[in-house]
Amino acid sequence: MDRPLRLISTDTISPIDALARTLEALLVVASQPLTVDELAEAAAEDPERIETALGLLRERYSEGRSGIVLERVSGGYAFRAAREAAEACGRLFERPVERGLSQAALETLAIVAYLGPVSRPEIARIRGVAADSTVASLVERGLIAEAGRESGVGGAVRYRVTPLFERVFGLDGLAELPRLDELGGEAEAIRERLLEVAAARAS
Amino acid sequence: MPSAVRDLELDLDAFEGPFDLLLTLVLKEQLEPAEIDIANIVVAFVEHLTARDEIDLDACGEFLVLIAALLEIKARHLFPDESAELSELEPEEAAEELARRLAEYRRMKEAATWLRERMAAERDRYFRLGPAPFAPRAERRLAQQDPLALVAALEGLATPPPKVSLSHMALRFPPVAQFLERFRAVLRHRRVFDFDGEVAGLSRVEQAVAFLALLELRKSGEVALAQAAPFAPIRVSRPEHERIPQWTVRSA
Repeated sequence: MDRPLRLISTDTISPIDALARTLEALLVVASQPLTVDELAEAAAEDPERIETALGLLRERYSEGRSGIVLERVSGGYAFRAAREAAEACGRLFERPVERGLSQAALETLAIVAYLGPVSRPEIARIRGVAADSTVASLVERGLIAEAGRESGVGGAVRYRVTPLFERVFGLDGLAELPRLDELGGEAEAIRERLLEVAAARAS
Repeated sequence: MPSAVRDLELDLDAFEGPFDLLLTLVLKEQLEPAEIDIANIVVAFVEHLTARDEIDLDACGEFLVLIAALLEIKARHLFPDESAELSELEPEEAAEELARRLAEYRRMKEAATWLRERMAAERDRYFRLGPAPFAPRAERRLAQQDPLALVAALEGLATPPPKVSLSHMALRFPPVAQFLERFRAVLRHRRVFDFDGEVAGLSRVEQAVAFLALLELRKSGEVALAQAAPFAPIRVSRPEHERIPQWTVRSA
């Protein structure tokens, strides 16, 4: 057994394996997820063959099989460390983006994720607290970014979540967030209570 | 005397420090009241109370007064215009509006909880983070270039610019005396002549000098000038007084 270990035999290499190697190389170089179209353009191949080659790679780079995992995230594909290596990674690297996110920041993030593009006054109206400092901190972390202004002269700056947000939360897209009408089940109960109070005051 | 209320240590999003400093900053308008999470202050105070065994009624009273004042300041800041708007609503409408807002906030609060859980579940996913790469830019291809064209362009730049003509700066004025003599000579042969006719064909500068000479002659009384109208031809003649003495002499 003195033959070197090879993932893909170099003796007989099929075209799809060759393409898979190219994609491997592109994904290792990239610092953010690459879409199928971006991969197709860089590899000068048609998207269907890219999908096939990605299938090979996803199998090869999956949890439990490799220290590197190919994941579908934020509308594209990206390599990340396997979960089993998380502890070791944690000793070497910080996670500054999500470290110490306060409740206020998470609520603001939720508002921007669901209602974005949304302005600071709108966020403040929903939360009942001025949003300036939380918005600034989320921008600094790179989780939200400016996305134009409200219409009209001097319209407030609006914000939306960034691809980094999707990546940190492991989302392929915002459609993976739970539906808004499935949240806040107690809303109806609150309404009833308030109406009772109002009726009592009116009478 | 140390006060349990004013020395209360706070650790809020917008502020960290004792409660009395927070109040001072709000009153000096150096801290936006809207930024302060009042519920957290209450929680901090209650925790502070439970840490002690006895209930300090004075402290509770003081706290209630202060927190109520802070709440009012914050409320005024948050809804500067809406207070009037809401008071115009019927109680039922106001309740409806309030319920709508509370429901909206509650949904966002639950979404935030979902995000927190999701973040915890994903915390063992490590990935490389880098600045967004530059989109590959299409290379700008130049057409085939001729090196000699570059030489020609450089040559054009290397040639000294043509000398600016200064000829107009050195106007040559003929001497006035020349025209004095000329007009005197004319008047010796002719009693009257036309200035314009006499100087026709001369340069602009020469005409100007000729006119100066004419004025000189008029000043010394050697000629008489007549002009029917402005810009009409100037008629130059021997002065009248010259003729009168002549006539006088002759008739005498």
